[in-house]
Amino acid sequence: MRTIPASQLTDAVAHLCIQANTQLPDDIVSALNQSRTTEPWPLAKETLSLLWNNLEVATQQSLPICQDTGMACVFVELGQEVYIDGNFEEAIHEGVRKGYGEGYLRKSIVGDPLRRVNTGDNTPAAITVRLVPGDGCQITVAPKGFGSENMSRLAMLKPADGVEGVKQFVLDTVQQAGSNPCPPIVLGIGIGGSFDKVAYLAKHALLRPIDVPNPDPYYAQLEQELLSAVNALGIGPQGFGGQTTCLGLSIEAAPTHVAGLPVAVNVSCHVTRRASCTL
Amino acid sequence: MQYHLTTPVTPADLAPLHAGDTVLLSGVVYTARDAAHKRMMELLDAGEPLPFPLEGSAIYYVGPTPERPGQVIGSAGPTTSGRMDAYSPRLLDLGQSIMIGKGKRNQAVKDAVVKNGAVYLAALGGAGALMAASVKELEVICWEDLGCEAVRRLYVEDFPLTVILDTHGGDLYESGPVAYLSQR
Repeated sequence: MRTIPASQLTDAVAHLCIQANTQLPDDIVSALNQSRTTEPWPLAKETLSLLWNNLEVATQQSLPICQDTGMACVFVELGQEVYIDGNFEEAIHEGVRKGYGEGYLRKSIVGDPLRRVNTGDNTPAAITVRLVPGDGCQITVAPKGFGSENMSRLAMLKPADGVEGVKQFVLDTVQQAGSNPCPPIVLGIGIGGSFDKVAYLAKHALLRPIDVPNPDPYYAQLEQELLSAVNALGIGPQGFGGQTTCLGLSIEAAPTHVAGLPVAVNVSCHVTRRASCTL
Repeated sequence: MQYHLTTPVTPADLAPLHAGDTVLLSGVVYTARDAAHKRMMELLDAGEPLPFPLEGSAIYYVGPTPERPGQVIGSAGPTTSGRMDAYSPRLLDLGQSIMIGKGKRNQAVKDAVVKNGAVYLAALGGAGALMAASVKELEVICWEDLGCEAVRRLYVEDFPLTVILDTHGGDLYESGPVAYLSQR
């Protein structure tokens, strides 16, 4: 059994909150950079250059890339042989509190969805834990802005709808979202599982770098087809028109019931943030 | 076309603008999001004055990150404007001239834009650091309890914006993708 003090968890989460909000992951940076070259439409090309400048200004001025520094979604892959010395969940909330305070990040969480009073420190975090073999502890912080989160959708399709039904649902979701989620977007798509599981799959798909295809060649192919179809919609950067509507798309699939075909689309923006570390 | 505008603006300043044009805006811009708009409606219902003059004004839908010591403002990109659709037509009827945000507006807002000779301009969504660079002064003028949603008076210089809804009924979110797809 390996012991990890809760305070170590807190410090790691605080650091990751700041890192995620000020430095984009390499795969997103590289996709945005490449789109500046491949985009043929003048206004779209100009817009992509401005988004690129924003990344540079954020670094120079020590500013968050986007003012919506998001809801702190924290994913922990916890080794079964690890003992956390202290309160596990409270240690993570404390890390969010510390990171959002020290990093001058925006506090965007209300304590109750209907009575809506800001908690003032961006807590609580949205925590997802998965137990894995071994004595490691991997933490990923993926702050999620709600301009794009609000455009996400879930449907319980019929098995007869098949892959075409899934494709159509994804395209309808992107079309309806239009300019709202700050395109170029990134899509996490869940297929299968149950009502709750499919939403988790879609969210989890956003954690996979967009230059890494699904390991199953069937789904890797579907990712390619859907990405092309989404980029043929013409929405373009910021919805001003153009080729670059979506920078990347990841699918996660899971076993499901004979009677169902759940599908969920988690829409994310060009500021798709995630930062990880291993304790 | 690119236009330089300074607030407060007049209908004559806005008439030449067309969807897809770019604007470099200078002068005073007020910030307000959902919560501040709701309170402004309550003031209007009660017959009380608003916290700032509406005539020719520009309202920016933004909730910035906290500024570090020595910074004028934190990251300050636009929030989704559609959440203000319920409030905007009333403010446009009362003299507000410029809305700044990102994302689609409903038909009532589009109609109010044309009727009042106003415009809806897009700031760059997700480009909070870049937008902050144009903000030279900041003062919280009311509702400090709303935190990032408090009403701020900003002084901006050459704030880079794109015309989405113009006084002639144009909408870049409709015409932009159509123009791209037709020439592809």
